[in-house]
Amino acid sequence: MDFGLTDIQRMVRDTARKFAAEEVAPIAAAMDKSAKFEMSLVKKMGELGFMGVAYPEEYGGAGMDYKCYAIIVEELSSVCASTGVVVSAHSSLCCDPIYKFGTEEQKKKYLPPLLSGEMLGCLGLTEPGAGSDAANQKTTARLDGDEWVINGSKIFITNGGPAGVAVVIAVTEKEKGSRGLSAFIVPTDSPGFRVGKEEHKLGIRASSTAELLFEDCRIPKENLLGKDGDGFKIALTTLDGGRIGIAAQALGIAQGALNAAVAYSKERVQFGKPLAAFQAIQWKLAECATDIDAARLLTYRAAWMKDAGMRFGTQSAMAKLFAAETCMKATREAIQVFGGYGYVDEYPVERFYRDAKITEIYEGTSEVQKIVISRSLTSD
Amino acid sequence: MKILVPVRRVPNPDIKVRLKSDGSGVDTEGVNFLVNPFDEYAIEEAVQIVEKSGGEVVLVSIGTADCEETLRAGLALGALRGWLVETSEVLDSAAIADVLAAVYKEESPDLVITGKQSVDTDNNQAAQMLAAKLDLPQACFAFKVELGDGKATVEREIDGGLDVKEITLPAVITADLRLNQPRYAALPQIMKAKRKEVKKVSLGDLGVEAKSATKILGLSQPPARAAGQIVGSVEELVDKLVNDAKVL
Repeated sequence: MDFGLTDIQRMVRDTARKFAAEEVAPIAAAMDKSAKFEMSLVKKMGELGFMGVAYPEEYGGAGMDYKCYAIIVEELSSVCASTGVVVSAHSSLCCDPIYKFGTEEQKKKYLPPLLSGEMLGCLGLTEPGAGSDAANQKTTARLDGDEWVINGSKIFITNGGPAGVAVVIAVTEKEKGSRGLSAFIVPTDSPGFRVGKEEHKLGIRASSTAELLFEDCRIPKENLLGKDGDGFKIALTTLDGGRIGIAAQALGIAQGALNAAVAYSKERVQFGKPLAAFQAIQWKLAECATDIDAARLLTYRAAWMKDAGMRFGTQSAMAKLFAAETCMKATREAIQVFGGYGYVDEYPVERFYRDAKITEIYEGTSEVQKIVISRSLTSD
Repeated sequence: MKILVPVRRVPNPDIKVRLKSDGSGVDTEGVNFLVNPFDEYAIEEAVQIVEKSGGEVVLVSIGTADCEETLRAGLALGALRGWLVETSEVLDSAAIADVLAAVYKEESPDLVITGKQSVDTDNNQAAQMLAAKLDLPQACFAFKVELGDGKATVEREIDGGLDVKEITLPAVITADLRLNQPRYAALPQIMKAKRKEVKKVSLGDLGVEAKSATKILGLSQPPARAAGQIVGSVEELVDKLVNDAKVL
C-alpha cells in the first residue's frame, strides 16, 4: 500500500500551494469582508488548469486524476475556503455530470469553456422544499416542439450568480416520483432564466450562493443530459463525487487553521514561555493533526477509488462526514489557541471557523452522509 | 537560441533547518525540496527568450536521483529537456563548475543563465567559476537582459547602484529576483514535463573528476540569542553601551 504522492501529485501540490499563498491568501480576508469573489482568480486558475483538473486533454482538461483535483481544492481551501468551493462546485457539480452523462456533442460544446475557466458552472438541485429530500422537486420541464420549457426556482446554488452554465434537475413526469426527474444543461443566457437573490452567509462569504429563477425558460431539446428520467440518478452520482471535493475543502480549512495555530503557539509568550510549551496546547495541536491526517487518508482513498473506477459512494460519504467534523474541531481549537486574538479579524482563524460550518451542511448534511454509510451496512 | 540553465535542488527555504545530531549535515527527514528560487527566475528568463525568438531551454542538475524531480519541476515551467548528472558526492562550487563546463561542451549553448546563488549554501560562486573555466564573459545579478546580435545587454544590481554591461555571446548570466516574475507550473505543463527527455549521466560519462577542494567538516546551529534588556532611561542605555557592551 502506497500512502505517498506521485511525482505529478507532488508537483501539483507545490504549484497549488504556491498559487494559494501568493495569489489567494493576500486577498482572502478582503473577499470575505466584501462578500465578493475576485473573478480574475477564476481566469488565472483556468490558465493553470485548476478549473478542469480531472478531465481529458481533448476537452481542454489537464488530464490528471481526481486525487490531484482533491489536492488542489485542499490547498486553495487552506487559505480561502471560498476559492476552494468555487473550484469544487464548478468541477464536481457541473463539469462532472456533463463529462459523465453528456453526449459527445454536449461535451465538445460545454466542457472546453468550463474547463478553461472562461465560464463557471453550477448545479441547480436544491429547492425550498427539496433539501436533504432532494427528490421532492417542484421545478418542471416540459417539451414544447424542439425546446424544453423550464419553470420553477432553485435556492442556495453555489456559483449561481456568476455561472455561465447550470446543470438543472427538474420534474418531467410527476407521477413517476424520483424516476420522473431529468437533468438539463442550461446556459445562463437562455431566455426566461435569471439569477434571484444572493444569500448573506455566515461563512464562505466570497463565493456566490444564489437563487436561480426559471420563468418559461427555453433551452434546446438536445440539452437534456442523459436520458429522460435519469435526473435523480445523475444528481446522486454527481453528489458522490462532489463529496470528495467538499471533504478536500474541509480538510484544507482544517489544515489552514492548524498551520495558523502552530505558528502562533510558537510565537505567543505567556507566563514566560511560548504557548507551544504548555501541554494543554500541545494536546490540542496533536489531536487536530491526527484527525486531519485521518481525514486526508479518507479523502485521498475515496479519490483513489474514483480514479480506479471502483464504487466509492460510501467512502466519499465517510470522507466528507469525518473531514467536516474534523474541520469544525480544528477551527474551534485554533481559535482557542489564539484566545482573544482568534476571535477578532486580525488573524484568519475566525474566518476559518465561520467557513467550517457549511462543510457539515452542503452536498449532503452529516446526517445524510450517515444515512448513505449505514445503508451500505444494512441494505441487502 | 539554445540556453543552458543549471538548476539546483534545495530544501524548502521557508522551513526551519534542523541539523543531523552529529553535525555532518542538514537533517532532510520530512523536508520537501524545491527548485532553487533564483533558478526559477533563470528558467523563466530563458523560456521567455525562447518563446520570443525560438530555440530551446535545456536544464542541468547535479546530484542524487532525486534531482530528477527538480528537473521535472523545471521542465513544467517550459524547458524542453534536461540533464541529470548523478552523483552522491557533495560537490563544492569549483567541482560543480567543472561538471557544468563538461555539459556545456556537450551542448554548446549560446547562453548559460542560472540563479545568482542557491539558497541552501548561498555560495554565489559556481556561475562565476564556470565562466572563468570556459573563458566566457559573465554578467551576474541581472535584473534586465536584452539580447542583440551576438551580444547581450545586461542591467545588474550592484552595491550602491546599477551597472550596465554589454557582453558577447556565448556568455554566463546569473539571475536576480527582479529579473522577471516566474510563472506557475500549469497542470498541462506538469503532464508534459513527465514525458520530456531527461538524460542521465555519471561524472565518468562526462569525463570529469569533479574533485571538491573544500570539505564541510561540520555544521552547527548559531548560538541562541540572549534575552534583551529593557532600560529605564537614555542615560542607562548609554551607560550600558559604554560599560557593559563596550561598543561606544
